Amino acid sequence: MGATTHKRWGKARVLDVCEVAQHVRQVVLEPERLEAPAPPGSHIDIGVYVNGRADVRSYSVVGMGAYGSELILGVQLARQSRGGSAYMHALRRGQVVQITQPLQNFPLNYGKPGYVLAAGGIGITALVAMGKALKARGANYRFVYGARSRSLMAFVDELAAEHGNRMDLRIDDEGASLDVAELVDSVPEGGELYVCGPTPMLDAIKAAWAKAGRRPADLRFETFGSSGRFAPEAFAVRIPRLGLETLVPHDVSMLEALEACGADMMYDCRRGECGLCQVKVLGLEGVIDHRDVFLSDAQHEAGDRLQSCVSRVVSPRTGGLAGADGQQAAITIDVP
Amino acid sequence: MSAPIQAPGTPSGHAAFRHFPLNAWYAAAWDHEVGRNLLPKTIAGKPIVFYRTTKGRAVALADACWHRLAPLSMGKLRGEDEIMCGYHGICYDADGRATYMPAQETINPSATVHSYPVVERHRYVWVWTGDPALADPDMIPDLYMNDDPNWAGDGKTIHVNCSYQLIVDNLMDLTHEQFVHGSSIGHDALSESDFEVTHAGNTVTVTKWMLGIDPPPFWKRNLQDRYPDYEGPVDRWQIIRYTAPSTVAIDVGVAKAGTGAPEGDRSQGVTGTVINTMTPETDNTCFYLWAFARDWCLDKQVITTRLREGVSNVFFEDEVMLEAQQRGIEANPGYDFYNLNIDAGSMWTRRIVQRLIDRELGTEVEETGEAAGNAAREMSTLTGAANAEEQQNANGGTGQGAEAAEAVARHREQPTAGLMGRGF
Repeated sequence: MGATTHKRWGKARVLDVCEVAQHVRQVVLEPERLEAPAPPGSHIDIGVYVNGRADVRSYSVVGMGAYGSELILGVQLARQSRGGSAYMHALRRGQVVQITQPLQNFPLNYGKPGYVLAAGGIGITALVAMGKALKARGANYRFVYGARSRSLMAFVDELAAEHGNRMDLRIDDEGASLDVAELVDSVPEGGELYVCGPTPMLDAIKAAWAKAGRRPADLRFETFGSSGRFAPEAFAVRIPRLGLETLVPHDVSMLEALEACGADMMYDCRRGECGLCQVKVLGLEGVIDHRDVFLSDAQHEAGDRLQSCVSRVVSPRTGGLAGADGQQAAITIDVP
Repeated sequence: MSAPIQAPGTPSGHAAFRHFPLNAWYAAAWDHEVGRNLLPKTIAGKPIVFYRTTKGRAVALADACWHRLAPLSMGKLRGEDEIMCGYHGICYDADGRATYMPAQETINPSATVHSYPVVERHRYVWVWTGDPALADPDMIPDLYMNDDPNWAGDGKTIHVNCSYQLIVDNLMDLTHEQFVHGSSIGHDALSESDFEVTHAGNTVTVTKWMLGIDPPPFWKRNLQDRYPDYEGPVDRWQIIRYTAPSTVAIDVGVAKAGTGAPEGDRSQGVTGTVINTMTPETDNTCFYLWAFARDWCLDKQVITTRLREGVSNVFFEDEVMLEAQQRGIEANPGYDFYNLNIDAGSMWTRRIVQRLIDRELGTEVEETGEAAGNAAREMSTLTGAANAEEQQNANGGTGQGAEAAEAVARHREQPTAGLMGRGF
């Protein structure tokens, strides 16, 4: 039972789709065969259609339904993202989809002296089941859930009711933003911090964790590489050695665009973890929005390589560079 | 001929019954076997590597590197609690979280191997192979005699090429002692005495008393440790206590006949506990961890050694038979067991295990079955049993019997050959 489980695909029926927050829908699936209940922290892969092409997306399992045979997902419609969420939002009751058995890359460890769960926005989907499991075991935990505004927060009322004063809501427009240093400080020695949220939040927590001299392995996080410092923009990419040039639309990843224009790309995880789809940066007009967790901060700053599955480029203006008005984002790269 | 349809939850007295629950504590090793070295073992079909941290805590990690599934047991220990994969150097801590990855400056957040819940208790290292959320240490069978100041003893591990269930069967019906262990603990009274079976929850108890008998050689000697001059008849008892899925503690002993042992006064006798816990390795192999603890002459190490080696010889006779039985099952795929009255204890253990498995897989029969199960659990079933003498004639010179006898003879010449080479 290593962390990466062999993917076993099967059919599942859509039992229900309903709005649970602004731009967030809960999707309830009934797998034809579920080998075991989905453990906390697990996700499924699901076959989707994006731009008329079959593709695969990953979604955390929020929990099991009342009968113990349904999987509950929470999907945020990412307007500028890759299109998988639009497909998920358009699912209808009774529709049949292809999903994997639950996959586990974010296991919860039992028996620690204390836990802090920290969710940002739709990242809550990865932590709901962990909160439930910790509560069931009578663990010492704190559950922090932050977002820009309450209307965007899926499951917020249920979670507040379930976790009482262990729940700590941090809502920007209600004047209670997340204090990262305090968050790190509140994790007892030997305890663990589980994080799922947008890349800037994760980056800030990682930095605070390192600064506090905490043990790296006690900071647990999961990423699907779906958020960055900037909103996605279209940008041009060139590979001079191969004579290729293409435009990466705002809702397509650089990796997909490169494949579509004929580059033979290597990749695996497609969520910015493994480092296989790395490309070399030869030239840049704009700013790189690194969204991976493979490279270190220093490597991100150096900017001589990027993970093409998740990372993007924004225009000099968006990136806050002076005197570059109107210039379109573009990057010149080489591929392995 | 049509095969009977077996509903989930029905008894499984079948030759093909080899399954085990995963949501269970299994004794993976003796405490002394786990140290600052890497001990690979397959437990309930799962490859696991065991080691201790420098602070002495036992650790059980999946024995397959997250990266490319190379066995971590081929790596080495690092620092206070880490293991380094011998292939590409990825390091994991005792929780199975990667702490070092080669050729990159970050740690991949998905890089984990499963860390199995481990509890050390009563000289065994117990591992939970199922859902870690359910791992409750209170479910570990109470084998306190294995390290209690009022008891003395020791034991060993045998790797046996048979399903763990065949050993449970073997221990739940000690009638076999008369035939398999004729020279040590066997006695005609074993198959001539009535026994009583009771069950409650996940436990089964089989009780047998043999009153006023001549003690078999093993017990005569034990009683003489305490009463050197006593030559008379004894009251002998065997109280077999099973705890699911695979632990059997047997309260055994003899007392001078008529001194009140059946009524609870064992002061004129000697009591031992045969501690047996079987850990499935695969469907048809297992680790058999046993010990013999006694309540007499606690300060005599020589008795500890004598009993350990004596019981070891006795169990080798079982091992030979059980492995032959397993081969017999596999060589006769079209044939099933015929269950006799003497198998009542074993049949209860199989039913309990089947229920555990059904519950785990979500295949349990619904409310009617559950209600019936509860009712059955509340009611303590008593089974008086008569002898099944007719089946005992089969102990002649048949192929397997002859094979067993030959192997035992070989073993007697080199008493440790069959045991020391296995599983230590």
